[in-house]
Amino acid sequence: MSVRQGLLALLEQGPMYGYQLRAEFESRTGATWPLNVGQVYTTVARLERDGLVAAAGQDDEGHVVYRITDNGRAEVESWFATPVSRSTPPRDELAIKLAMAVALPGVDVRAVVQGQRTATIRALQEYTRLKADTADPTDGDLAWLLVLESLIFTAEAEVRWLDYCEARLTRAAVAQRESAATDAPVSVPTNEGVRR
Amino acid sequence: MSTVLRIEDLTRVHGQGESEVHALRGVSLSVDSGELVAVMGPSGSGKSTLLTIAGGLDSPTGGTVTIEGVELGGLSRALLARLRRRSVGYVFQDFNLIPALTAAENVALPRELDGDSARASRRLAMHALDEVGIGELADRFPDDMSGGQQQRVAIARAVVGDRRLILADEPTGALDTDTGEQVLRLLRARCDAGSAGVLVTHEARHAAWADRVIFLRDGLVIDETGPPAAVDSLLGASTTR
Repeated sequence: MSVRQGLLALLEQGPMYGYQLRAEFESRTGATWPLNVGQVYTTVARLERDGLVAAAGQDDEGHVVYRITDNGRAEVESWFATPVSRSTPPRDELAIKLAMAVALPGVDVRAVVQGQRTATIRALQEYTRLKADTADPTDGDLAWLLVLESLIFTAEAEVRWLDYCEARLTRAAVAQRESAATDAPVSVPTNEGVRR
Repeated sequence: MSTVLRIEDLTRVHGQGESEVHALRGVSLSVDSGELVAVMGPSGSGKSTLLTIAGGLDSPTGGTVTIEGVELGGLSRALLARLRRRSVGYVFQDFNLIPALTAAENVALPRELDGDSARASRRLAMHALDEVGIGELADRFPDDMSGGQQQRVAIARAVVGDRRLILADEPTGALDTDTGEQVLRLLRARCDAGSAGVLVTHEARHAAWADRVIFLRDGLVIDETGPPAAVDSLLGASTTR
């Protein structure tokens, strides 16, 4: 869906042929979501079928150039005017994995959490290196920087969620130990909150 | 690259008997010149204790701390204080600037305490302030500066006179995302220029500026990020960048 809308938005800025569309799409998103040229042509063919773009002849080198139609312009306008739908949360493998891990005896949930945290922070380190290399964004880099920052915010949110899960698991474990110890109360040693 | 900070089998027990708390239970870590290491962990994991002991502000119950080849445990109080002034710079969450002194005076203070002349200290301070991009604010007082500017002064103070070990405890705590990032860029640049840095933070976004991230829990290192992942694997395909 987003590829279709993305290509249409590119065509709003002027007629282009298939390879051009692919190159523009990738340069603005830092090749984060690479396209193959077949996918581009299939998408453009559907846009043409739906009356949103039209073939506009060939350039000097024989590439078929496409231009946006009035209906296509209206579609782009409505795309930008409409928030991206969140009605069905996308399936999240990590959330499903943790939900399963909590219920299954014999799975070390904290190890699952830590393993993921390390992996996600490594990804964050790489994104940050890419960002550091784009220190002084010119216009061309701005689009890419925004995409990169989207990846950073998403990874950051995941780590915060993992922190939250770990804190909840720790609390649940302490509560369990305490209720198990109510018959013969003993103090439960914990470092929590004593020192930062 | 030479090792600037070496910590071996560090333990720290606070309190005694019933109220005894094992803040650190045997932590080893070494940080080379040119390297920035981030320490993450939940409250009570021992990360701030680790930092204060690494900088000689607190003594371990067991284990050793070595800074630029000098083991802290064997030093007299005077020698320890001197090594701290010469080799170790601290950056705290709340900046810890002295409000009655200008930016330049704050930065020059460690050098003056170490016996440098006022003039030589000021020259070094100006150099450090230029490096963090606020040379023109040298004669302002902390209260007349934004949070981001104050933290820059604190970083200048941390690195003045070529100190090689920077210890930062939640240095971006009170700052907004953009200003916090500028602070991290500065720390990163200082380490790229040859300092060794240890950054304690609970923010993954900031830890990600480090070369290595170490995870503490209950006074132990439970994990650390290995060598950098390949960029290609993260972005799904080969990229031209």
